[in-house]
Amino acid sequence: MPKVKVDGVEIEVPQGATVLQACELAGKEIPRFCYHERLSIAGNCRMCLVEVKPGPPKPQASCALPAAENQEIFTNTPMVKHAREGIMEFLLINHPLDCPICDQGGECDLQDQSVAYGRGHSRYDENKRAVTEKYMGPIVKTVMTRCIQCTRCIRFAEEVAGVEEIGAIYRGENMQITSYLEEAVTSELSGNVVDLCPVGALTSKPYAFEARPWELRKTLSIDVMDAVGTNIRLDSRGRQVLRCVPRVNDDVNEEWASDKTRHAVDGLVRKRLDRPYVRRDGKLHPATWDEAFAAIAAVDHGGSVAAVAGDLVDCETMFAAKALLKQFGSSLLEGRQTGMDYDTSSLAAVNFNTTIARTEEADAILLIGTNLRWEAPLVNTRIRKAIKKGAKVFAIGPETDLTYKVEWLGADLSVLGNLPERLTDVFGKAAKPMVIVGGGALKGAHGAALALADTLGLVKDGWNGFNVVHMAASRMGGLMLGYAQKAGIAATYDAKLVYFLGADECDFANFRGVKVYVGHHGDKGAHHADIILPGASYAEKSGTFVNIEGRVQRGERAVFPPGDAREDWTIFRALSETLGHTLPFDTLDELRAAMALDCPELATLGLKTFAWNSPSLGTTAQGVLEGYPIKDFYLTNAICRASPTMQRCSAELVHGESFAEAAE
Amino acid sequence: MSLLDKDRIFTNLYGYQSWRLDAAMARGDWDNTKALLELGQDKIIDTIKASGLRGRGGAGFPTGTKWSFMPKEPKPDRPNFLVINADESEPGSCKDREIIRHDPHKLIEGALVAGFAMRARAAYIYIRGEYIREAEVLFAAVAEAYDKGLVGKNACGSGYDFDVFVHRGAGAYICGEETAMLESLEGKKGQPRLKPPFPAGAGLYGCPTTVNNVESIAVAPTILRRGAAWFSSFGAENNKGTKLFQISGHVNTPCVVEEAMSIPFRELIEKHCGGIRGGWDNLLAVIPGGSSVPLVPAKDIMDAPMDFDGLKAVGSGLGTAAVIVMDKSTDVVRAISRLSYFYKHESCGQCTPCREGTGWMWRVMERLRTGDAEIGEIDMLQQVTKQVEGHSICALGDAAAWPVQGLIRHFRPELERRIRERGGDTAPMQEAAE
Repeated sequence: MPKVKVDGVEIEVPQGATVLQACELAGKEIPRFCYHERLSIAGNCRMCLVEVKPGPPKPQASCALPAAENQEIFTNTPMVKHAREGIMEFLLINHPLDCPICDQGGECDLQDQSVAYGRGHSRYDENKRAVTEKYMGPIVKTVMTRCIQCTRCIRFAEEVAGVEEIGAIYRGENMQITSYLEEAVTSELSGNVVDLCPVGALTSKPYAFEARPWELRKTLSIDVMDAVGTNIRLDSRGRQVLRCVPRVNDDVNEEWASDKTRHAVDGLVRKRLDRPYVRRDGKLHPATWDEAFAAIAAVDHGGSVAAVAGDLVDCETMFAAKALLKQFGSSLLEGRQTGMDYDTSSLAAVNFNTTIARTEEADAILLIGTNLRWEAPLVNTRIRKAIKKGAKVFAIGPETDLTYKVEWLGADLSVLGNLPERLTDVFGKAAKPMVIVGGGALKGAHGAALALADTLGLVKDGWNGFNVVHMAASRMGGLMLGYAQKAGIAATYDAKLVYFLGADECDFANFRGVKVYVGHHGDKGAHHADIILPGASYAEKSGTFVNIEGRVQRGERAVFPPGDAREDWTIFRALSETLGHTLPFDTLDELRAAMALDCPELATLGLKTFAWNSPSLGTTAQGVLEGYPIKDFYLTNAICRASPTMQRCSAELVHGESFAEAAE
Repeated sequence: MSLLDKDRIFTNLYGYQSWRLDAAMARGDWDNTKALLELGQDKIIDTIKASGLRGRGGAGFPTGTKWSFMPKEPKPDRPNFLVINADESEPGSCKDREIIRHDPHKLIEGALVAGFAMRARAAYIYIRGEYIREAEVLFAAVAEAYDKGLVGKNACGSGYDFDVFVHRGAGAYICGEETAMLESLEGKKGQPRLKPPFPAGAGLYGCPTTVNNVESIAVAPTILRRGAAWFSSFGAENNKGTKLFQISGHVNTPCVVEEAMSIPFRELIEKHCGGIRGGWDNLLAVIPGGSSVPLVPAKDIMDAPMDFDGLKAVGSGLGTAAVIVMDKSTDVVRAISRLSYFYKHESCGQCTPCREGTGWMWRVMERLRTGDAEIGEIDMLQQVTKQVEGHSICALGDAAAWPVQGLIRHFRPELERRIRERGGDTAPMQEAAE
């Protein structure tokens, strides 16, 4: 632990810390452009220069200099002040003065730092440089004249996203950042470069010219596009969510978010259900709430009532539906819409036990039937980090590009019963082995994968290497609330009345009873429904979600649902009164209290650990994996399918269409 | 006293004899190299240290000391490497070209000796892309050495395995910077790395590496043969040895010549270059060490000793000893402006001060050339050079700033004259606010 002096104040810094980190520990702000905590050090912007003794009589880049014992660091000397002013002036000489029309305005590092550290005027009289725009795909808008060549985007693409598709060409002042062939960056994390860009060179294309940051109301929320539970902030103005940006949570998403998380929000104002509908003579007709409730009350189900939870619903909605069904003596609850029927007697057997953050520690990883890049992009980035530390990755399934080197063991699941030596060798030496089972393999290989816990020694003191990756944000919460039948969704086919809680992915032809759809988008579920009750999307209600690792998180309401739509739990509360079985909660707090009684794990936020208690299942794995469950990353749920941005991404990045763009 | 023919290291500098192996051996190269290696690593390094040899690439870091930084016991998966910098792109410099053209075996033998001394597994010779014929010679010479078993497995019968690879650059000046050269060798864009870590800790492919200039390496075998005392008998204290001077510009016979260090400028020019064109009164200024060092006006340079310390004393540096002589017919502002253009063109673009500053300096220099400026802009330019100098990752920023600083220091009256003659000293026109 070296001791250093920062501006005369002696502090102790961790071994391996840089001078910049030492200054931050001492409470000194060091301006920077190229340095970013989660990327490698480039040291090229030269904004973080400080004076260091002992050392050469010139300022040093603090981001790249290791803090050493007895170092004296000065951040406020004339030398440092002049250095910062000089760099600031250099950065601005070729930077256009187009802040009034720049989307970065108001949250621009260059603006902020030029106010704080700049000279206030420029002495540059020559012509400014101009750079042609580059095409980087449907998510990232480029105005490359504004670029200050910090190379954060290059480093992100290479190191985190794992696609070497952004780089710098040419030399000196002609250096340009480009996607080389000017094709869309084929990463599902490309939107993060917009946040990383310290200036307005890379901005969000769908959000272009939508709003200024100071006009936006910021709401902390949880993402539902996958089961990772990305911590997000919804920025809204009036009744519309205009953008979604990630929050920092080192346990879950670090500070990244997938493109789907960020840009599906424009689907929240399209194809919305804003009034109840009732089907008469084969057609859906607009109705009032009373008419819709009366239509439900008229169904004579005699207790044969079921609820099917969709992928995006919160625990409160599922609990309200569960409570209503209980009033009629039914517990026919299911959430696995695509027909999965894996054993749920032990939640640890279907949980991501290692936790997302500790995935980085693994030294041997086996992926079984999972395309993590699409099923959980932010778990995939953790595996990249593990590989950087020396982990080796094997995978069973059809070969696909996971952005890192994988040893493929074929698509035949039976290999689990006869693992090749090259795998057992690596796992035998591994201190922290890890198996990740994807949705594609849960059907045929759940038992076989669980058996690996013993044969590969996945579970030991302080380490549980057995993991299941789910794809639905509601899944873990649903399983905790009992949304699982032994026979899977087939158990609900014969129910006389079925509530679909935003369920859009099931095969509706199989249901023989009356179908009530409670949801927010006019998607597949609404098309097949007999009665539609318009609900609220994740942005429009305060909801509890449990992510793949069993982390209970809660999001807040950013905007109100459109038209007559209501928060889902209030719909069930109102309906229960009409049906004569009034639910025992009048407020969200009362509901949560009741939910906590029903499922104590949901009472508090944070990571829940499930005791390792492997069920004994058949250990033979059979079947050849034809593909992975997600066929199109950008169109996995009703919100994405309603989003023009996601449609465009799908067409361009998955189906290879090209789009001509008019010059601005 | 000046250097005698018997004391010249580069005996075929002018190519009067063949560069081929048999001719080189006749001149004494590869003469019982095994015996040199048998001195042992420490003895070789001590001899080089004692000879006072300072790096010939420009910075003048003691060569023996540099070699001694290399790990004494390289790990099997992290071998030591020697990288030889033949990316001679400095305007004015042409000594490495002559060595490779006419005496390539001195370099290859030096590579083996130096590589052995620093326990290197292999040497990479990074040769400038524009040196096409020279690269052909070097490839052929290395092939000859391999054929005769002088390098490769059991080099010179010493039991030491040592490979020599020749790598051609693609024409970027910045690849002559040692860490940019390593990046380029690794197949990446040639951009200097941050230091620390220094190459001796983590260099080529992350392995310990020493980067040396061609001349530093090529003189090593002769120093070992003739002894440190012989080498250090030339030159002033702290500036020992012989050196290849490359004199270009307004002298009667421009040439590359090996001379003792610390030779006075006047003697160097009179003896080898036939004097200044138009006589010594016609001398305007000299850039004594390649384009990267500040120019020195005539009165200061005439009797200055040509070595590291002597030229430092007149506000410049020895650099690569590429002496650019300018007589009074020179448009000195244009000359420096051309150098500014060179640095603007060759800046890699990685770090801010150099990327933005070199272009700014060149644009102001171009206006100063025609006098299309204001007096105050000279001071502003001076401040801009100070904002670049010492703030960049590598020394290219410094190299771009120094010539301009030298010009302003010594020729400010000339700059002001041009501005005045163009009418730039009048008070700026008063403009009404809009």
